[in-house]
Amino acid sequence: MTASRPTTRPRKEPSSAKPGRKAAARRSGAGHRTDLLEAMLRIRRFEERCVELYSAARIRGFVHLYIGEEAVAVGVTGALEPGDAVVSTYREHGHALARGLTPESVMAEMHGKATGCSGGRGGSMHLFDASRRFYGGSAIVAGGLPLAAGLALADLMRGLPGVTCCFFGDGAFAEGEFHETANLAALWNLPLLLVCENNLYAMGTALAREHAQTDLAMRAASYGMPAWAVDGMDVEAVEQAARRAVGGIRAGAGPHFLELRTYRFRAHSMYDPDRYRDKAEVERWKSRDPIARLTERMRDGGELDDEALARTEQRLAEEIDHAVTAAERAPEEPVGDLLRHVTSAPYGEVSRP
Amino acid sequence: MSTGTRARGTTYREAMREALREALRSDERVFLMGEDVGRYGGCFGVSLGLLEEFGPDRVRDTPLSESAFVGAGIGAALAGMRPVVEIMTVNFSLLALDQILNNAATLLHMSGGQLPVPLVIRMTTGAGRQLAAQHSHSLESFYAHIPGIRVLAPATLEDARHVLAPALADPDPVVIFEHGSLYNAAGELDPAAGPVELDRAAVRRPGTDVSLITYGGSLPKALAAADELAADGVDAEVVDLRSLRPLDGATIAASVARTHRAVVVDEAWRTGSLAAEVSARIAEESFYELDAPVERVCSAEVPIPYARQLEEAALPQTADIVAAAHRAVD
Amino acid sequence: MAEFTMPSLGADMDEGTLVEWLVAPGDPVRRGDPVAVVETAKSTIEVECFESGAMGRRLVEPGTTVPVGTPLALIEPAAEPREEPGEAGRPREEPRVPSASRRAAPAPAAGAGAGPAPAPAAGPAPPRAPAASGAPEHGAAEAGPLVRHLAERSGVDLGSVHGTGPAGRVTRADIERASAGAAPRSPRVRATPLARRLAAELGVGLSEVTGSGRDAAVRARDVSGAAARRSAAHPPQRPATAAARASRPPGEEAPGMRQAIARLMTRANRDIPHYYLSTTVDMTAATDWLHDHNRRAPLPERLLPAALLLRAAAVAAREVPELNGFWADDRFTPGEGVHLGVAVSLRGGGLVAPVLHRADTLDPHALMAALKDLVTRARTGRLRGSEVSGATITVTNLGDQGVETVFGVIHPPQVALVGFGRVVDRPWAVGGLLGVRPVVTVTLSADHRATDGAVGARYLSAVDRLLQKPEKL
Repeated sequence: MTASRPTTRPRKEPSSAKPGRKAAARRSGAGHRTDLLEAMLRIRRFEERCVELYSAARIRGFVHLYIGEEAVAVGVTGALEPGDAVVSTYREHGHALARGLTPESVMAEMHGKATGCSGGRGGSMHLFDASRRFYGGSAIVAGGLPLAAGLALADLMRGLPGVTCCFFGDGAFAEGEFHETANLAALWNLPLLLVCENNLYAMGTALAREHAQTDLAMRAASYGMPAWAVDGMDVEAVEQAARRAVGGIRAGAGPHFLELRTYRFRAHSMYDPDRYRDKAEVERWKSRDPIARLTERMRDGGELDDEALARTEQRLAEEIDHAVTAAERAPEEPVGDLLRHVTSAPYGEVSRP
Repeated sequence: MSTGTRARGTTYREAMREALREALRSDERVFLMGEDVGRYGGCFGVSLGLLEEFGPDRVRDTPLSESAFVGAGIGAALAGMRPVVEIMTVNFSLLALDQILNNAATLLHMSGGQLPVPLVIRMTTGAGRQLAAQHSHSLESFYAHIPGIRVLAPATLEDARHVLAPALADPDPVVIFEHGSLYNAAGELDPAAGPVELDRAAVRRPGTDVSLITYGGSLPKALAAADELAADGVDAEVVDLRSLRPLDGATIAASVARTHRAVVVDEAWRTGSLAAEVSARIAEESFYELDAPVERVCSAEVPIPYARQLEEAALPQTADIVAAAHRAVD
Repeated sequence: MAEFTMPSLGADMDEGTLVEWLVAPGDPVRRGDPVAVVETAKSTIEVECFESGAMGRRLVEPGTTVPVGTPLALIEPAAEPREEPGEAGRPREEPRVPSASRRAAPAPAAGAGAGPAPAPAAGPAPPRAPAASGAPEHGAAEAGPLVRHLAERSGVDLGSVHGTGPAGRVTRADIERASAGAAPRSPRVRATPLARRLAAELGVGLSEVTGSGRDAAVRARDVSGAAARRSAAHPPQRPATAAARASRPPGEEAPGMRQAIARLMTRANRDIPHYYLSTTVDMTAATDWLHDHNRRAPLPERLLPAALLLRAAAVAAREVPELNGFWADDRFTPGEGVHLGVAVSLRGGGLVAPVLHRADTLDPHALMAALKDLVTRARTGRLRGSEVSGATITVTNLGDQGVETVFGVIHPPQVALVGFGRVVDRPWAVGGLLGVRPVVTVTLSADHRATDGAVGARYLSAVDRLLQKPEKL
């Protein structure tokens, strides 16, 4: 009863790949740009509120803000289907929201409430949603990469069409786990999309101060996989590149690597004085704000007016207000349940602290 | 191809292989992956012949990337497979410790119960073969320290044969330690033996005067010590912990309540060892049963040396166990 | 009017120092603008405000350290709220979104309300919390665990030590000074936990047992051996005899104590016409209750049979007040309250009888604790004067030394002495059937000048009755 399964997906020409219906429907045009803009604005406004709540000590832990990088999460996840898997980092509010986790469940998680997407046990750095195949934030740099390879391997072995998308940063590129995973994925032709968010700083260490060769896409290509560098401040460019990569993966061409050149407008975390970056550099990147860029493009094309934008902002503000109110009112996970979810079934002495 | 259903001569290695074969046959979600598990047949020969039977997809050779393939096992488990990942030895497992500790053991909890990780990791452990400092570790206590994983140390033929099925049925990560000195252990497999009760220690020899509490590769030494003690008129009970996490405190306490004396035998270094944990449990739960201080027989606190006489001196030996038991009893 | 407060930038930040204002009063500020520089334990950080408007009154001057959540300044609403929908997405130019629910939500100030500035904000910023805010107020007895341990080991009463440390804390040196003269406690007998437990259960004194274990530790079999020998060998003894234990070299006992006992007992035997009564009490209920209690109770709360016996003796003395008091000037004076003298034999020989004051009001736990304390201190020579005087009736319990029946000599001017023997298993008829039961022999030595036998009999039957309902003791 030995099952003989294909080790690799049959290779197809990318042109024959069938993009998802939804993706096709919103592939271009004003309606789609409106969606992209709203998705980016949701992340931005959500995180701005996080800053305020953090300063007031309503939310705690390490909080890493994505502000400035929204185009990456929105563009890449726009190219994914519901059956695909996403593995994220500790800077993952954007990925989670773009993947469809509700602001309510993420905000509740940051408040440590029972209604949070991880039941209050994860916090900002560990957002999960199994129903959306969102395999969460990992606070160990590069720790999610091997796991993503395994998700891709399982889909491959089970003959499922899913693509696993793994986000990580330029810091993770220096870790052994990236290189082990890239090699393994290429060797086994895994349906894995490696998305490197190159924001130029590994916490406080600039790219050139930690990489002998700073052309990350070129280095990734040496593992024998297609690899491109993309302007991570342009959501449409990101989405286009991601579609191309996902199409290739679905067609059986194995793992693809995207280096998305982006920038975080805020410090590494809340408690970071940001001494390692020149203020002029920050201002320069802010002038390339992906939200402003798309807004202007849409205005120029007559796809957006003040009134529509105000309506969107109003709706998002209400959505986030609601998320905060709901999170504040949500029940806390009882301390009596402290040891829940350590193992699937309580057994033996594990309940002993 | 053997069936393993009637009493017959076998070895620990063959029993483990039979368990893998059974698992691969009975559940198509199961696959074996690790360094040299396929064409080589496993560094210790455990998976010999399985590639030929099940093919390269399910008996999967990996690059020398412990972190990547253990992490891939975790990911595959999340996505519906039942991987058995072999790490060649515990010494190399340190390169995957991040994945085991930070992903396998934590995902269920930090996802609020959404993501169980039904993964089995097997690895060889222990010293005694003159392999010197980097290939002689007993790091079971590192793993037993971690909530969220189950740690097993099969020490008998029956346990080797019957530990894998319940481990694979567990929805959470299980780490199985196979002591290198046990692979050649031969004997008749008890045909009546059923699946290992994962939470339970086993009393391998009942006795009334002193409890020798041990696991894994030290079990044969403890049983030999019990024989010698019997000749001296000391009736030793031998407890095989078998499950290192969770520890079966009830069996330990019951044994100490019978004998009032305990000797804990552990091939790991004494400081911070499982022997330390077992001793602490006895102090917590069986203090008023003790009629002598708990004795520990552990490895000397030294990187395990190569030279034969030095290695022997560093490791717990039967004579050390006998001496410790006499100290407790006399 | 909104408050700009000291932000929390991490769970480990409790306070921050305002270093510099980046905007002047009256300057316009927008949500997200950095308005001040704050120094924390970790770094110096520009902090932003979360309201748009004009910088209002400053509440805190640079250089001041304040707790997180403290208002630093007020932000006044902008003169003309601007609608800037067109600027969405442009960095640093946030559209002002009017939102009812936002306004309704309380201002996110940690530990402070949203309303008008709370009291602390109105005045100068609260000063940095003094490091010693948790300093003790209860003075001399304040001492750390090490000091407590040292005090206990060297027999020093912490309450009597003058602390020379900060805030009157007792220091190690204080203990060493105080203990310089104090007699060291006799060393604890080395015994295994099981042996200790058995000794308590069997009523065997560990110090009487020769240890066969490592470093002469007493082991379980030594205890059971001693218990077996004892039950075979020991004849009844009178307290005075017990006090002069033949096994002790006479030199170990303080000669003064021997002479005092001699004088007192001679007087008692000469002046007091004793009568003696004895009864045997079924201890099944009492031992069952103790066993059950001890199984559930944590170690410090476990009880010995003596606690029940003493308690019964004290309550019975209250019930039969004719036996609780003094014979002086040819007449009996009842005691005010039951103050139970407890004969304690000393290791070096000799006897003292410290007093459990108002013993009839102490429950078995309190009695047990008081007894332990008294016995320990009696044996280390640290009883206070008040603790060896004023007994209204005395109990001698030689059960733990293997004695079955005690006929004691009354301690003048008291008029009665109660003796308890060992709890032993004996054939016992209950309801016409013979069974083996734990029993104890209770004796009463009473002064015939003060009472007659009938009174003594009432006392003994009260003791018996009380011991049948241990749960009510």
